[in-house]
Amino acid sequence: MKTKAIAKPISIGSEWDYEILKKYDDAIAEVAKSYHLDTYPNQIEIISAIQMMDAYASAGMPIGYHHWSYGKQFVNVEKNYKRGAMGLAYEIVINSNPCISYLMEENSITMQALVIAHACYGHNSFFKNNYLFKTWTNADAIIDYLVFAKNYIAQCEQAHGVQEVEEILDACHALMNYGVDRYKHPPKLSIQEEKNRQKIREEYLQSQVNTLWQTLPKTEKSKDTMAEKRFPPEPQENILYFIEKNAPLLETWQREIVRIVRKVAQYFYPQKQTKIMNEGWACFWHYQIINDLYNNGLVTDQFMMEFLQTHTNVIFQLPFNHQVYTGLNPYTLGFNVWKDMQRICEEPTEEDKHWFPELIDKNWLQTIDFAMRNFKDESFIAQYLSPKVIRDMKLFTVIDDDQKNDLEVSAIHNEQGYQYIREILSNQYNLSNIEPNIQIYNVNLRGDRSLTLRHVQYKRKPLNKNTNQVLKYLHRLWGFDVILESVDSEGKITATYHCPPRATAPSQNNYQDMKK
Amino acid sequence: MTTFVDRRKNKHKSAVNRRRFIQRYREQLKKAVSNAISERSITNTDKGEKVTIPAKDITEPRFAHGYGGVRELTYPGNKEFSRGDHIPRPPIGKGQQGSKASNKGEGLDDFIFEISREEFLDLFFDDLELPDLIKKELAKMTNYKRMHAGYVKYGSPTNINVIRSMRNAMGRRIALGNPLKKHIAAAQMKLKELHDTHEGSGPLAETLQDEIKHLQKRLKKIPFIDEFDLRYNLRIDRPEMTTQAVMFCLMDVSGSMDEVKKDLAKRFFLLLYLFLSKNYEKIDVVFIRHHTTAKHVEEQEFFYSRETGGTVVSSALEMMRNIIQQQYPYTEWNIYAAQASDGDNWNADSPYCRDILINDILPYVQYYAYIEIMPRHHQSLWQAYLDVKKRYKYFAMQHINDRTQIYPVFRELFKRHSS
Repeated sequence: MKTKAIAKPISIGSEWDYEILKKYDDAIAEVAKSYHLDTYPNQIEIISAIQMMDAYASAGMPIGYHHWSYGKQFVNVEKNYKRGAMGLAYEIVINSNPCISYLMEENSITMQALVIAHACYGHNSFFKNNYLFKTWTNADAIIDYLVFAKNYIAQCEQAHGVQEVEEILDACHALMNYGVDRYKHPPKLSIQEEKNRQKIREEYLQSQVNTLWQTLPKTEKSKDTMAEKRFPPEPQENILYFIEKNAPLLETWQREIVRIVRKVAQYFYPQKQTKIMNEGWACFWHYQIINDLYNNGLVTDQFMMEFLQTHTNVIFQLPFNHQVYTGLNPYTLGFNVWKDMQRICEEPTEEDKHWFPELIDKNWLQTIDFAMRNFKDESFIAQYLSPKVIRDMKLFTVIDDDQKNDLEVSAIHNEQGYQYIREILSNQYNLSNIEPNIQIYNVNLRGDRSLTLRHVQYKRKPLNKNTNQVLKYLHRLWGFDVILESVDSEGKITATYHCPPRATAPSQNNYQDMKK
Repeated sequence: MTTFVDRRKNKHKSAVNRRRFIQRYREQLKKAVSNAISERSITNTDKGEKVTIPAKDITEPRFAHGYGGVRELTYPGNKEFSRGDHIPRPPIGKGQQGSKASNKGEGLDDFIFEISREEFLDLFFDDLELPDLIKKELAKMTNYKRMHAGYVKYGSPTNINVIRSMRNAMGRRIALGNPLKKHIAAAQMKLKELHDTHEGSGPLAETLQDEIKHLQKRLKKIPFIDEFDLRYNLRIDRPEMTTQAVMFCLMDVSGSMDEVKKDLAKRFFLLLYLFLSKNYEKIDVVFIRHHTTAKHVEEQEFFYSRETGGTVVSSALEMMRNIIQQQYPYTEWNIYAAQASDGDNWNADSPYCRDILINDILPYVQYYAYIEIMPRHHQSLWQAYLDVKKRYKYFAMQHINDRTQIYPVFRELFKRHSS
């Protein structure tokens, strides 16, 4: 069908050097351009296996402040790798401008080309154009910010001791998932502004806090208004933000550290929300691009065999009843959905016409480009998961209700099940369902200064047994009693956690005593 | 648009974080190392160790859902199920249900990883409360010796080799001076001839005299010693030459030596071994256990088998003496001995022990260390050994009841060698 253009393969064999890499990158860039992939400039870094483990351990931050947990992570990765229990990722890519991707030196040229197509053009274009990344992160500033954070924390360690800093970081890390604004848009990060504002913030913050905690006697009138109002007036979802602004006993540098952890959490938040889309998008493009190279005769058959084998491994989905099944493979699911969108645009069936009238006879490239820009996993699945993909993957849903004796299959891949599976799967990627919904509810301003949080239960799910430990960390930051209440759908309190445990908690905290 | 950067030369970044991790869990790791020591051979000091930290100690807690309520999840690969099918609930914490959460956090295995030799020794030394200097010395891999390695032209003034330099200077003076001297001699000859022919005051004689003066001036200008005459001794670091040592481990295994005491003894032997392994390339370790009779055994048996009965310490000393005489001539071997006991001995035997030590053993050994572990009160053996201690400086004795007291036994030994 397709006549192979008479072109010479870029290289033969699996060895590579910089010149060859450059040639592949040029060829891939050209293909990517023909599909109008809009990317940041690329910065491709060649690293060794041990450096790849570093990159793993630092949670994907190219520059990170020091913390023991990253060391633990590293030790863990290292031991698994040495034991052969895991292979290293082929690539790690940073959402920054220029977009930094790591290539491992051990990889063959096929792998390198795959990774370049996958990361440097796939992920890169996603980072640059997806609405979540555009509104929540600032690729231009992240590296500068991380450098600033690293230096700031190093300075704090010098000034206050590693131990002191570690205590704050431990506490912040425990609450990292609650350091993001889910709905409110943060102002964009800019390093200049950040630096300028930091000094001002330092002075201002402290004064703010002090106003809130004024111990001067109030007039009768103001007391009354205080009694009526709850503080904060609305529940606050961003616990770390609340701590940074309102915790009574924190020093200024401690507030700045809270802020750093919060900012880093915010930076990674979109990645958590677009795992399926982003990985699927990158797989879709490496598959498309490398196939184009092959069709143009730029790569050899041998290259292609290796590529296909790797590609198949990446998007392999174990069945649910397999011994080492760990869940849906985001690469598989994402790749399948994107690929099927392309098919629906080009060769729709009757079924597709019924399910996706808006996609029929549309340009596939424009269609997927639109989806890439405007969706996140949850909405992407709700909108585009097709019956064919459900059939191909043989998806089914199971209800596990602890009030019943056994589990029940609620839907399978048939006519009645498609829509239901879509909904359930979409919910499964809704972060606000995955993470317990815990918000700052009230501060006892006039009494013992205790902080009350509320956990609104989702489908009656309780909190796990680590809850008290997390509260200890929150207590460390807040400095006074912390209370967490689990509330069911009817507003009834089902569980209460105290830190310190109620029995020993002093009922009347003295501000001066607590200040040490 | 694309830039390539080679980062492979950068040092790896997690080193600091790893160190902090180890620092943070030092107490747990110390425990792990302590357990490891009771299991590994005392001659096995050049390896790291696999250590285990209980998972619950290192989890980083987060808010998360526990088990309960309603959960509805999607799975791939349906083969047999239809809608409405009921499936028995798999045991909690295992299987597919809630697999998302159990990846980390709950139900995790203990955290096992390898620490390096350096980290292992560091934790071990910490346990024994060794002074820092000693720790550093012991942990060092190879020992270097400063060696002569010929002469070089440049160096620091303290290393000037005077003989070489002077010899060079002399050679140079001869080389430069001799032709001049020959000229002078020739000129003087001519002058003398002129004198003999009574033409000593003619113009010819004058020029000759000028020439001689000039040559003599030049001769004088040859420096006595010049910069390029100087030669310096070159010293380089060479790994220490192979020498051999034998280490005798003597231990009382009578009924009163329980596991705890043996464990202490093991640390004591291990420390001596470490010290020796730093100083000697080849070390033989001889294990002698005794109750009423002594036995030459393998390490495994030495530490782990148990017997009951009385105690005759001299049996072990006799055996050590015999082994030295038969296998380890003191002219070829550096002999070290470490003895651990709980102080029990048959009273009449103690003076005999003292005599063997003084006459047959101590004259030939480099160092003899004795520890008495948790004695109720000192018995006759201690008294006898005190006598020995008065006579020999390199006989050390100490009673200990915990591991931090082991090091002082060797204090003299380490002091001697690290100064």
